[in-house]
Amino acid sequence: MMTVPLSHFLLVAGLLLVIGVFGIFMNRKNIIVIMMSIELILLAANLNFVAFSAALHDMVGQVFTMFVLTVAAAESAIGLAILVIYFRNRGSIEVEDVTMMKG
Amino acid sequence: MIANIVFDIVALILLVSAVMVVTSRNPVHAVLFLIVAFLNAAVLFLLAGAEFLAFILAIVYVGAVAVLFMFVVMMLDVDFSALRQGFQRYAPIGALVALALFGELALVFAAFQLSPGAAASRLYPAPQHVTNTVALGELIYTHYLVLFQLSGIILLVAMIGAIVLTHRERKRAKRQDLLAQHARTPAQTLSMVRAGLGQGAEIPDEKKETIR
Repeated sequence: MMTVPLSHFLLVAGLLLVIGVFGIFMNRKNIIVIMMSIELILLAANLNFVAFSAALHDMVGQVFTMFVLTVAAAESAIGLAILVIYFRNRGSIEVEDVTMMKG
Repeated sequence: MIANIVFDIVALILLVSAVMVVTSRNPVHAVLFLIVAFLNAAVLFLLAGAEFLAFILAIVYVGAVAVLFMFVVMMLDVDFSALRQGFQRYAPIGALVALALFGELALVFAAFQLSPGAAASRLYPAPQHVTNTVALGELIYTHYLVLFQLSGIILLVAMIGAIVLTHRERKRAKRQDLLAQHARTPAQTLSMVRAGLGQGAEIPDEKKETIR
């Protein structure tokens, strides 16, 4: 069923996760790119779930991947909605001003 | 053999486009590279035998989430060059953290091996002779039914939340106000006026407001 060894999948997923974390550091002011980096990190997690699911012939990993996909989609929808109203109020999306959102 | 070659090519494209997502100057390009990354990840899912998730990834992520990002990027008139200040400043510390993280992952995975008892402790082994979609459906509609419905509720809450957050009342829009419409009586809107010959009817001031 799985012809590609598990370690290759783990390497790719690890690199993807590291790229996502690196992206959060690089684009500290641009919250849109930060959210895209979070999507990459979640994709890396999903890749690991699917790879282990295939390696162990266990379906639960794929079921869990589906739930992760659901939550990630909901998260990005809510995050982008918050971003839109934040931009409407402030005229910018600078992350460093976001502390004004409290209280 | 061919699967390995395809895996290497697709994984390379995936990683390169992921790098382009986080480093590209124009966020529209970043979203486009995100789409490329998701499509290549879908191919990796296919190679791992998870067909259903591969197509879900292509449909939901490329079709919905990436387009949502694209809408927001293009809708907001943001000065992205100002947002890139500090890009150089944070690059070294970002690279340092990323390197440390990757080193830790490498240390973990270097000594990693599946335990001999792993096969025995599987929760739901993949059934033979059925397609991936059937196997997944047999699980999520039986053993994971509650979680499946809950994830639907999560999506519903996200949808309502996004609508409530971004909805704004426009003052200019004229909408039907059913309550006011039903509550009004003839006395408020109707008055019998005897108009003289050759003269118009005078509209009383209090009635003028109710006439639209």
